[in-house]
Amino acid sequence: MVVKRKASLAERINKKLANKSFWRGVTAVIGFFAVWQVSCMGVLPFMSAIPTPVEVAHAFWKLLFDPKYWAGWRDSSLRVFYGFVAAQILGIPLGLGMGWNRNFKHLTFPVFELLRPIPPLAWVPVSILFWPTNELSIAFITFIGAFFTIVVNVLGGVGSIKKELVYSAVSFGASPSQVFWRVVLPATIPSIATGMMVGIGITWNVVIAAEMIAGNTGLGRLTWEAYLAGYTPGIIVGMISIGLAGYVSSGLVKWVSELLMPWKRIF
Amino acid sequence: MQTALILVALAALILGLAVWRIHKQAKLYEVGFGRQLATTLSSKSFQLTLAGFVIFVGLWWVTVSLLKLPWFNRLPGPVEVVSEWLSPEPTFGISIYTKDYYTHIFYSTYRATAAFLLATLLGIPFGLLMGWNKKFYDYSLPLVELIRPIPPLAWVPLAILVLPGSEPAVIFVTFLVAFFVTTLNTLLGVESIDENYFRAAKCLGASNKDILFDVVVPGALPYVFTGLQISMGASWFSLVAGEMIAAQYGLGFLIWDSYSVIAYPVIFIGMATLGIIGWASSALVRVVGRRLMAWREAELSGSARVEV
Amino acid sequence: MSASNTAPVCRAADGALSVRDVTKIYDPEGVHVVALEHCSLEIAAGEFVAVVGPSGCGKSTLLNIMAGFDYVTHGEILLDGAPLATPDTRPRPGSDRVVVFQHGALFPWKTVLENVTYGPVVQKQLDQPAAEAKAREMLARVGLSNIEKSYPGQLSSGMQRRVEIIRALINDPKVLLLDEPFRAMDTVTKSASHEYLLELYNATGKTIFFITHDLEEAIFLADKVAVMTTRPGHIKLAISVDLPRPRNYRMLASQEFLRLKAQLVEAVHEEAVKAFQAGEREMA
Repeated sequence: MVVKRKASLAERINKKLANKSFWRGVTAVIGFFAVWQVSCMGVLPFMSAIPTPVEVAHAFWKLLFDPKYWAGWRDSSLRVFYGFVAAQILGIPLGLGMGWNRNFKHLTFPVFELLRPIPPLAWVPVSILFWPTNELSIAFITFIGAFFTIVVNVLGGVGSIKKELVYSAVSFGASPSQVFWRVVLPATIPSIATGMMVGIGITWNVVIAAEMIAGNTGLGRLTWEAYLAGYTPGIIVGMISIGLAGYVSSGLVKWVSELLMPWKRIF
Repeated sequence: MQTALILVALAALILGLAVWRIHKQAKLYEVGFGRQLATTLSSKSFQLTLAGFVIFVGLWWVTVSLLKLPWFNRLPGPVEVVSEWLSPEPTFGISIYTKDYYTHIFYSTYRATAAFLLATLLGIPFGLLMGWNKKFYDYSLPLVELIRPIPPLAWVPLAILVLPGSEPAVIFVTFLVAFFVTTLNTLLGVESIDENYFRAAKCLGASNKDILFDVVVPGALPYVFTGLQISMGASWFSLVAGEMIAAQYGLGFLIWDSYSVIAYPVIFIGMATLGIIGWASSALVRVVGRRLMAWREAELSGSARVEV
Repeated sequence: MSASNTAPVCRAADGALSVRDVTKIYDPEGVHVVALEHCSLEIAAGEFVAVVGPSGCGKSTLLNIMAGFDYVTHGEILLDGAPLATPDTRPRPGSDRVVVFQHGALFPWKTVLENVTYGPVVQKQLDQPAAEAKAREMLARVGLSNIEKSYPGQLSSGMQRRVEIIRALINDPKVLLLDEPFRAMDTVTKSASHEYLLELYNATGKTIFFITHDLEEAIFLADKVAVMTTRPGHIKLAISVDLPRPRNYRMLASQEFLRLKAQLVEAVHEEAVKAFQAGEREMA
C-alpha cells in the first residue's frame, strides 16, 4: 500500500513552478496586461478612451487613501449582507416547506414561478414606491436576487433526497418532525450551499446596478460618479473593486458552507 | 366592445391550453376526458393552485385598493393595472392596443436575442475548445477567471464610453454575462463526459475530428442546454438593468421611465410583460434542447425497456 | 480430451499476444505505484484467455496497455510477433484491438444501428449503406434486429452489452478485449450473455482476452485461465481448461469443472486475503 505524506510548502511551491500549466497561465495574464497597456497608449484610436493599466494602478493607489472609497465598500457590503441574509432566512424555510408539504407547494409554487422570471431590477420602481427609505429599497432588490435562487435550489435539494434515507428513519421509529429535522434538513444542506454560492454572485450584480440607478453611496455609485465626471481610471478601479468584493464574498460563503458540511470535506 | 373581444380571446386561449392538458392526462391514465376533467377539478392540487392565485391577487387588492395601507398607498391595485393594460384608450399611453407597447417589446427582445445568440455562437466553441485542448485551457482559464468576477453591470459605464452609442453598450453588457455562463457550462459539459466514450471511439478508429463531433459535442449537450437556459435568464436580467441605466426604448426603460413620469400602472404592465417573455424564452430554449437530445427523451419517457 | 475437441469451429490465424516481463509504474518520481511487475502471459492466436484476481490487482491496467490507453514502463507486449508496446513506443488504440467496457460505452446519443456502423464508417472502410447492411446482417444473426432504431438508454444492460460486442466484432479485430463486461448483471442475464459470447466465439474464433473476478465464469468461457497476484500484479498461475466445446451449462456440475475450480480457488484466495489485509480500495 502506498502512503501519501502531505507535501511541505516548499515542495508544493516547487511543484507549482515546475508545472507547465501554471506558466502558461502566467504568460496569458502578463500578455493581457501588456496588450492592454500598449493598445491604450494611443496606438489604437478607439481604445484611447480606456486608461492604461499604469493609470489605473495610479488611481487605485490614490483612492486607497480616500475615505469615501472605503465608505463605498462598507455601504455596498452591508446592503449585500442584509439582502442576502434576509433571502436565506425567508427563502430556506419556504423552499423546505414547499418540498416537504405538497399542499403548501401547490398553494405557493405557481405564484412563485409566475414572479420568478421578472428580473430583480425590474422591481426597483415598485421597491422605491413601497419602502419608506432608500436603503430598504436597495436591500429589497438584493433580497429578490438571492431569494428566488435559494428557494429553487432548496426545493431541488429536498426533491432529490434518497427515499431510502427517509424510509430507514421512519423504520427506526422517527416521527415526521424528527424525520424533518434529523434527515431532510441535513440532506438539503449541499443544495443550500449551492444556492448560497449562486445567490451571492447574483446579489453583487444586483447591488451594483441598483446603486447605479437609485443609490447615493456604495461602490456601484462611485463607479457611476466616476463615469459622470469623466474620470475613466476611476471607472476601472470601481470595476476591479467590485470584482474583488464579489470574489471575497463568494469565498466567504464557500468557507461557511464547507463548515456546515464536514462530511464532504473528507476527500 | 373591443375589450370584451380581447378578454374572450384570452379566455379561449387559456381554456384551450387547459383542455389540451387534461386530454393528455386522460390518455396517460387511460380514462375518458370527462372523467379526467372531473378528477382534475376536484383534485387538491388544482384547487390549491387556484387558491394560491386568488389569495395572491386578493392580498394585492386588499392591501392596496381596499385598505390603502400606509406603505402600499402609492402602488396601483390589480384592477387599475389590468384595466389599463387592456384599455383601448390608456391613460398613460401603454396598453396592448398601443403601438408603443410593442415597440418597447421589440427593442428588448431584439437586444436580448442578439446578445444571447452572439454569446452562444462564441461561447460554445470557446467552452468546447477549453475542455478539449489542455494548452488552450491553461492560457484562457486565468483570463476568464480574471474578468468573470466583475459584475457585468459594472461594465456599463466603460461600455458606454468605448462603444459608439448606448445600444451596442447595452447589448455588449448583456452579451458578457451570457458568454461566461455559456462558456463555463460548456466546459463543465465536456469535462463530464465519461472517459470511456473517448476510449471506445479511439478503439473504433475515430480521428480527433471525429471524436469532436461524435463524442464531445453530443456528450456536452445536456450541460450546454442547461447553461443556455441560465444564460437566457441572465441575459434578461442584465438587459433590463442596462436599459434602465442607459437606453431609449425597451421594457427596462419603460419601467424606469414610468416611475419618473408617475405612470405607475405601466410599471406593472412592464414587469408582467417581462415575466411572460422571460418565461417564454427559457421555455423555447428548453424545447429546442429536448428536440436535439432525442435520446434523453427516449430514455426518460420510460418507454418500456426492451428486455432480453 | 483431445485438443481438437476444445477448439471452436474455426480459429483465427492472427491475434497472438505475447506479454513479456511487463512492469508498469504510475508516477515513478512521486507516489510510485507499481501496478504490474514482471508480468508475463502468452495468448495464442484464436485462444480465449481469462484473467482473474482480486480487485485492484492490475488486470485492467494490463488490458488498458494492450488496448493502447496506457503504456509500459519496462518490458514489452508483442502482437503477432511485432512489438505493440515497449518503453519507447506508446501503443495507439485501434480497431485491431477493440474493447468492450465494464459499464458499457455505447454512445447514448446514437441509435443501435448508428453505434454498430460507427467503426467501419468512421474509418472509411465501408460507405454508409454497405455498413448498415452488414450491421443489420450481424444483428439479425443474433436475434437483435428489432432494436436497431432504439437508443442504448432504452435497452436492458444485457442487450446493451450484446450490441457493444457486435459493435466491436463488425470491425473484424484481431483481438477482442473485454473488461469485466458482465460484472453488473444478475445471474440469469449473465448466463444468457455467456451463451451469447460463446456462440460468437465458436463462429468467429477470434482471440479473446477476458477479465473477470468470477471464477466460474472464467472457467466456463475460457481455454486458459490466468491468476494475477495482488498489487504489484504478475501472473502466478495459468491453468488450461480442457472442457470440450461447444460448452454447455451442464458442464458446470462436471467433475472436471469442479477440479479446475478448486485449483483456482486455492490460488485466488491466497491473493485475496493479502489484498484484503493491505486494504486495497475496491475499484468498482
